[in-house]
Amino acid sequence: MTEALRPVFAPWNDPDEKPLIQFKNVTKRFGDFTAIDDLTIDIFEREFFALLGPSGCGKTTLMRMLAGFETPTEGTILLSGQDIAPIQPNKRAVNMMFQSYALFPHLSVWENIAFGLKREGMKGDALNSRVDEMLRLTRLERFAKRKPHQISGGQRQRVALARSLAKAPKLLLLDEPLGALDKKLRQDTQFELMDIQEKTGTTFVIVTHDQEEAMTVASRIAVMDEGRMIQVDTPARIYEAPNTVYVADFIGDVNIIEGRATPSGEHVQIAWGEGVSDITGTTDTSFEKGDKVHFAIRPEKVSVNVEKPDDTPNAFQGKVLDIAYLGNLSTYHVEMPNGQIIKAQSANTRRLSRRAITWDDTVWISFTATAGVLLKG
Amino acid sequence: MRRFALIAIPYFWLLALFLVPFAIVFKISLSDIALSIPPYLPQLDLAKGWEGFTKFLGALDFENFEFLMMDDLYYKAYLSSLKIAAVSTFFTLLIGYPIAYAMTRASEEWRPTLLMLVILPFWTSFLIRVYAWIGILGQEGFLNQTLMFLGLTSEPLIILNTPIAVYIGIVYTYLPFMILPIYSALEKLDDSLLEAAEDLGCSRIKAFWLVTFPLSRGGIIAGCFLVFIPTLGEFVIPSLLGGSNTLMIGKVLWDEFFSNRDWPLASAVAVILLLILIIPIILFQRNEQKQRESEG
Repeated sequence: MTEALRPVFAPWNDPDEKPLIQFKNVTKRFGDFTAIDDLTIDIFEREFFALLGPSGCGKTTLMRMLAGFETPTEGTILLSGQDIAPIQPNKRAVNMMFQSYALFPHLSVWENIAFGLKREGMKGDALNSRVDEMLRLTRLERFAKRKPHQISGGQRQRVALARSLAKAPKLLLLDEPLGALDKKLRQDTQFELMDIQEKTGTTFVIVTHDQEEAMTVASRIAVMDEGRMIQVDTPARIYEAPNTVYVADFIGDVNIIEGRATPSGEHVQIAWGEGVSDITGTTDTSFEKGDKVHFAIRPEKVSVNVEKPDDTPNAFQGKVLDIAYLGNLSTYHVEMPNGQIIKAQSANTRRLSRRAITWDDTVWISFTATAGVLLKG
Repeated sequence: MRRFALIAIPYFWLLALFLVPFAIVFKISLSDIALSIPPYLPQLDLAKGWEGFTKFLGALDFENFEFLMMDDLYYKAYLSSLKIAAVSTFFTLLIGYPIAYAMTRASEEWRPTLLMLVILPFWTSFLIRVYAWIGILGQEGFLNQTLMFLGLTSEPLIILNTPIAVYIGIVYTYLPFMILPIYSALEKLDDSLLEAAEDLGCSRIKAFWLVTFPLSRGGIIAGCFLVFIPTLGEFVIPSLLGGSNTLMIGKVLWDEFFSNRDWPLASAVAVILLLILIIPIILFQRNEQKQRESEG
């Protein structure tokens, strides 16, 4: 099957699609602190939507407003077209998985999962089969009788997930769901989460400060800062086409080069200091001569060579300051004649290859005209 | 060796301050009343050596315990003490729980002050505080004066020298012992548990009964024992506030010891009281241990 035949999941591009959640000019203030600042966004059914940002950016407040623990100071939040402000948290078709998991310590795993269902009045066989289904989904059958303090952190995380999914909510909120797990387990669990999201067809909204996690799981990412959405886009677009220096810097590793623009035909020339030739870049935005510009380029798009490559518009000579060996990759810190340090990354495809480049060597770094992004301001 | 020394200290403490005095009291309870100093016989005469010791052992008997069984004053006093202790524990819980709960709901900056206010009465002598209740509850006391001033009653209420005054005195005195353990249990409660309960469909009240209350059970049990155990042998409160109408084992013990100078019988009363208390004390210890295990 080719890519073109496969339906791409992108309801945000379809004007006929009705969003599940709509934030309309929502503002939330605590005293004189503005946690959410005039925010408008649509989230669609079956999406895995990630709210990404540093702590204090308002992502948790946003989530707590969806759960019903906070009410907006201004603006409205619609769930399936209905204003949810007057609905109490216990009456919403929304469930939340807490950062601390908030498992009831006096109840067994089974009882924890059954808790929400019992409140709906579910009893007997219906209750048993639903809880068992959840235990199977999260591979917890063997631990049903244990208390939360008798199982591991990863298992607790799955109990929390099973409990919040048991009532089959329209929307599941996950507050830093993997924050307490170690790195390896976190990666496995990310795929498990995606798998469960696909199986149940629930809309997930996840809060995280871990950009890698957001990139892995989400269909769309909203990068937030100081109560505002800076960019809402697919992981690939966020990474490859950040709209601001903030987003470029927040997601992944990046070289940010400050300079002055000079448009020339379809290219833009960037002067970036004494002793180095101009960078040639491409962009859709128009620049006037002399505009301040930030050129953002990912280290993996910069290559390092001993000889000067001929077929590229951008090649600069510099000196290797540092080499960071990461196993699969090596990152070279190359100092330019103007003092700027450019990070370049190359994959270590050969085992124990002879190091062609070492400390203090003079090398050439190069990249294509389309490798970087030009950002205004 | 160091470990042994560490364990030895508390055991030595228990031996010197609990087991040895208890052995002495137990020995006295097996003796007979006598007009001598000290007022009981036999006395152990170590100068006579082994013969003196066997003679001493031979003179000990369980007469006092038999007497306790025969006279219904004693078992009535035990029963009445148990009843008063149980009822006042219940009321202390009824009043103490809401206070502890309100304290944990108060804002962070107020909590130390509130905690201070709970402990503050301990800064005044216990005796003076109980005497103060005589001034409040008496026929001409503040309570009656206020009630009559407000026109709520025409006759002064008779509270002092009735069991009600004893209950008021006990609940007042032991309230901090109920509040503090419940407060410490409630304070540890993670607020997100209540949010989770609400999120899963509980109303606030339901969340309290399904989450808050069961999770503060350890504190409730600890508080109840901390009130029940000392109340059972309470002497000062019933004798100051309860008059002659209230029968409590602590008072009986006092009378036997100081008024009748019957040390052996008083000791027997004390030994039985301790035996009654051992059961709740063991249960209390078990609760504490279970609590620690579930937290560990």
